[in-house]
Amino acid sequence: MEKFTTLTGVAAPLPMINVDTDMIIPKQFLKTIRRSGLGGSLFYELRYGDDGAEKPEFVLNQPAYRQATILVTGDNFGCGSSREHAPWALLDYGIRCIIAPSFADIFYNNCFKNGILPIALPQSDVDKLMDDAERGANATVTVDLESQTIRGPDGGTLHFDIDPFRKHCLLNGLDDIGLTMQKAPRIDDFEARQRAEVPWLYR
Amino acid sequence: MPGPRTLFDKIWDGHVVDVQDDGTCLIYIDRHLVHEVTSPQAFEGLRTAGRRVRRPEATLAVADHNVPTTDRAAGIADAESRLQVDTLATNVAEFGITYYAMDDIRQGIVHVIGPEQGFTLPGTTIVCGDSHTSTHGAFGALAFGIGTSEVEHVLATQTLLQRPAKNMLIRADGVLGPGVGAKDLVLALIGRIGTAGATGHVIEYAGEAVRALTMEGRMTVCNMSIEAGARAGLIAPDDTTLAYLQGRPMVPKAGAWEQAAAHWRTLVSDEGARFDTVVTLDAAALEPQVTWGTSPEDVLPITGSVPDPAAARDEAKRRAMERSLDYMGLEPGTPLREVPVERVFIGSCTNGRIEDLREAAAVARGRRVADTVGAMVVPGSGLVREQAESEGLDQVFLDAGFEWREPGCSMCLAMNADRLEPRERCASTSNRNFEGRQGRGGRTHLMSPAMAAAAAITGRLADVRELPPE
Repeated sequence: MEKFTTLTGVAAPLPMINVDTDMIIPKQFLKTIRRSGLGGSLFYELRYGDDGAEKPEFVLNQPAYRQATILVTGDNFGCGSSREHAPWALLDYGIRCIIAPSFADIFYNNCFKNGILPIALPQSDVDKLMDDAERGANATVTVDLESQTIRGPDGGTLHFDIDPFRKHCLLNGLDDIGLTMQKAPRIDDFEARQRAEVPWLYR
Repeated sequence: MPGPRTLFDKIWDGHVVDVQDDGTCLIYIDRHLVHEVTSPQAFEGLRTAGRRVRRPEATLAVADHNVPTTDRAAGIADAESRLQVDTLATNVAEFGITYYAMDDIRQGIVHVIGPEQGFTLPGTTIVCGDSHTSTHGAFGALAFGIGTSEVEHVLATQTLLQRPAKNMLIRADGVLGPGVGAKDLVLALIGRIGTAGATGHVIEYAGEAVRALTMEGRMTVCNMSIEAGARAGLIAPDDTTLAYLQGRPMVPKAGAWEQAAAHWRTLVSDEGARFDTVVTLDAAALEPQVTWGTSPEDVLPITGSVPDPAAARDEAKRRAMERSLDYMGLEPGTPLREVPVERVFIGSCTNGRIEDLREAAAVARGRRVADTVGAMVVPGSGLVREQAESEGLDQVFLDAGFEWREPGCSMCLAMNADRLEPRERCASTSNRNFEGRQGRGGRTHLMSPAMAAAAAITGRLADVRELPPE
């Protein structure tokens, strides 16, 4: 997993609430057996018309936002299915940070497994960043994970919260599985205890 | 001694392997369900890292999303779908995991077959790379959906890194009226608290109306917990739970059953246990529900009318409503009972079980599907299909003009060949009415199996209470 330390980039505004994972990456793209290559299909139905042509009004089709690396959006982003194809598609497009008032739990978790930083901020802070983002390519935002700050185009900074362990893993690009495998003796102990207490779970 | 604990607290505490300084817990996972869509990259990850599956016997795999619901003998026509299903078959063989192939009577939707086989047991932790894993909470199991990276983590370690959830109690008092069931209860709840209403929480459902539900009804309720934003839904096990489980292939046998059952009966929230949020619903006052928009929270009683965005609580919601109504092709003020439908889908992990089919068949019996409607019934598993056929329900549906299909996820998310055409309007017993969910441009109205059958008969959204059994 790629580390996340600081990110400076264009923030794209997507002022919609309840953006669901079907919207982020529709089902026809879930048939892949790979993680890569989904960026072209990100937000497929918002981004392309019935004829497959780009919809010029969609934010990521506008010249100012094509290189966006940050997304500023509405409440409950990523609700719906558990498909990790949603963060895979965002990452493959180049989005490394999503800022919203709230996220659906599974999507939020999935981001951290892929080096994407989801930031939940109070609505008033998101509104401000949304205003900034609507200024186009001039609206460069810097996200610094170490100091947990977002610096907007006018120099003002906002603080954000994040679990220390998730922060540590993102900063260092750590693979959870490797870390957990180091705890194998504890898992062995748990299984031995459980096997004695609830033996019917072991067939 | 710890203070009074909720059911969630008890299951959680019983599965903590390790706690880190910041409160992140390593949680043991007892049961893991796997399907073809969210697992290929996980198995590939194991292979790349040279890792094995820690406890293959704790995992059960099945293909459900991509399988055809018509003639199975021809195999899967779509090359990508076929590759995904073949990849699962190869992976389970390589890693030694139990798998029900497409021609096995036990094949079906992952959240139907887990309970059906007794793989789902009270007090356990259950995960699957699928958000509707919350279904299994109906048995008093802590069950939740995970992403593919976490699928790989569970395969490799039989554990997950998690932070504790908050506790929410939903108490449904009173008795549901005629024509009103589990689906109406959960839709009304989502309408009340919203699709982010339970974010960060595990919901425990309680109260007279919940106790009175069959296991199938309880699964419907827990299934849609995710549509309220919850991590999981739970219902404490009781006689109904034990009666459903006893004798199923994977439940404990003989003396072990008695031992397990005694343990399961202790799985209740203690008197005085603290819930972070409590919501009460008057079940007796509920009417049959139907969604009008593109979020499950966009729901109203069938006696209502399409709402006006001008009355929205805030600007963001107003814009969302306008977008929904435009997508759905609906005008504010239109009585819901005047909205015509062209398609009807009865099935899914929400409503593809035997009780659901009985409920729909009771409405369809002796009646005819409207000429303007194409209606299909997709059983949740091969065993549900077999049971329904033994009761003659297939004939009831066929006589009424429904199609009777092979089991799978089907048109709930249209990954196989079953899908809506642009602007087609569907009465559906599934769980999501998102834009494009059932096919690009397709318009989904969520409702109960009885209500979907009533829509098929009348050719419009209809109040099932006006179609008593013939």
